[in-house]
Amino acid sequence: MLLIHCPYCEEDRSELEFRWAGEAHIARPENIAAISDEEFAEFFFLRNNEKGLTYERWRHIHGCGRFFNAARDTVSDRFLMTYKAGLPKQQVPETGASEKTVETYEATEGDAR
Amino acid sequence: MRKYSVFAVAREALRGHKGWEAQWTSPEPRSSYDVIIVGGGGHGLGAAYYLAKEHGITNVAVIEKGWLGGGNTGRNTTIIRSNYLYEESMDIYEHSLKLWEGLSQDLNYNTMYSPRGVMMLSHNVHDQQSFKRHINANRLYGIDNEWLTPEQAKAFVPVLDIAKTARYPINGAALQRRGGTARHDAVAWGYARAASDRGVHIIQNCEVTGIRRGPGGEVQGVETSRGFIGAKKVGVSAAGHSSVVMEMAGVRVPLHSNPLQALVSEPLKPIFPCVVMSNTVHAYISQSDKGELVIGAGTDQYNSYSQTGGLQIITHTLDAICELFPMFRRVKMMRQWGGITDNTPDRSPIQGVTPVPGLFVNCGWGTGGFKATPGSANLFAHLIAKGEPHRLAAGLNLDRFRTGRLIDEAAAAAVAH
Repeated sequence: MLLIHCPYCEEDRSELEFRWAGEAHIARPENIAAISDEEFAEFFFLRNNEKGLTYERWRHIHGCGRFFNAARDTVSDRFLMTYKAGLPKQQVPETGASEKTVETYEATEGDAR
Repeated sequence: MRKYSVFAVAREALRGHKGWEAQWTSPEPRSSYDVIIVGGGGHGLGAAYYLAKEHGITNVAVIEKGWLGGGNTGRNTTIIRSNYLYEESMDIYEHSLKLWEGLSQDLNYNTMYSPRGVMMLSHNVHDQQSFKRHINANRLYGIDNEWLTPEQAKAFVPVLDIAKTARYPINGAALQRRGGTARHDAVAWGYARAASDRGVHIIQNCEVTGIRRGPGGEVQGVETSRGFIGAKKVGVSAAGHSSVVMEMAGVRVPLHSNPLQALVSEPLKPIFPCVVMSNTVHAYISQSDKGELVIGAGTDQYNSYSQTGGLQIITHTLDAICELFPMFRRVKMMRQWGGITDNTPDRSPIQGVTPVPGLFVNCGWGTGGFKATPGSANLFAHLIAKGEPHRLAAGLNLDRFRTGRLIDEAAAAAVAH
């Protein structure tokens, strides 16, 4: 079982409290009715499914209830870092140093779009 | 290749068993082949066999990163059934089941196919309605499946607890009598032996590291840890690593790789006559010919290539097994392992052409590829030989994620899908 650090609760909790929520940093098209079938398939179905470093979303469903992002190694299942939703894709720290804290999710939400 | 028979056993018994020959050869790779299959599991080896047997294409190599059947072919719970809901699924799984019935004779190799019956337990009104819908769909399509009352289910599986006060009460069951199990290693080895006998090269411990494409985008061959090997046709049958291999050719596939776990108990005397699955409480169980209880658990929720899996997944399944079969509470579990399943968004497999000329894909079998091994291999060989899918596999194309013609078995799927 994984031990996951929720960046909102700021503590390590068991995987049982969390729900995996798919690949991170996939932007929904602005006008989804206007895109082609190929673009929709790309947005909706096609995923990187990386072997190694992956960026994914998790939800602390039995905790604070919030979505956040994580960088994880899919071979060792080790979490490299977690960071708040809305932040851009983070560089994985070499030494495992934690991300710079931000005050609130709302404060950064606009930048991420 | 010397044929296996009762006379061969008798002859070797008299000669101290010194005359058995290697089941397949391990030749040095040629510089090029007509067809390269990436992945030496049941599906890949079977495809090579059927290419040679049914399509006369014998200049074929199967390239395997590890050892034969060391991936999901050797890690599953060996359940065979064809009681799926949609025609596309019924077509391929029933084609497969029919091939299972004659596979041992066809390969001259005992695959230990045992049509002992697959029973799916119904615990509530929704289960009952869903199973009866499946039964009706199957019977209309000529596939056997029948409804049992709890008492009939108990008569078929005496160790089942059907008490109304049970933690998970049972209000009936669906039974496919032709379903059952087979010996997983024997499937890989049997196909390998029969394919090798027809001239197929089986190259183990050779990892594909790239797919080389020509100026027109067409496939020219594969880069491997043992150098470049040319081929105008490459079939990828790499199960949990399909995303990784397809990425080498620049093709993205809608797959998630998730660990799926199974475990076996200490060997017991024969006690369990068939396969029992409970979708609602998520447990499935059968007994191998060695006497071990073979129990399948669920997938982890996240993408992973770790071939392990979380402990909470198997304890959840064992909780359910202990409630359904109280007599198994004292049985000790002996081994546990994980395999990497490649799951599609609609939980149906992908078999078809790709945007890259000469590149064919067979993936997305998810948590239920073993039962499909002969059928999938047979139709994949047809696809590679003819360049277009067989009628029975036409709906499984990669293009369905663009057109939206999905085969939504997810809602209807059983646990051991």
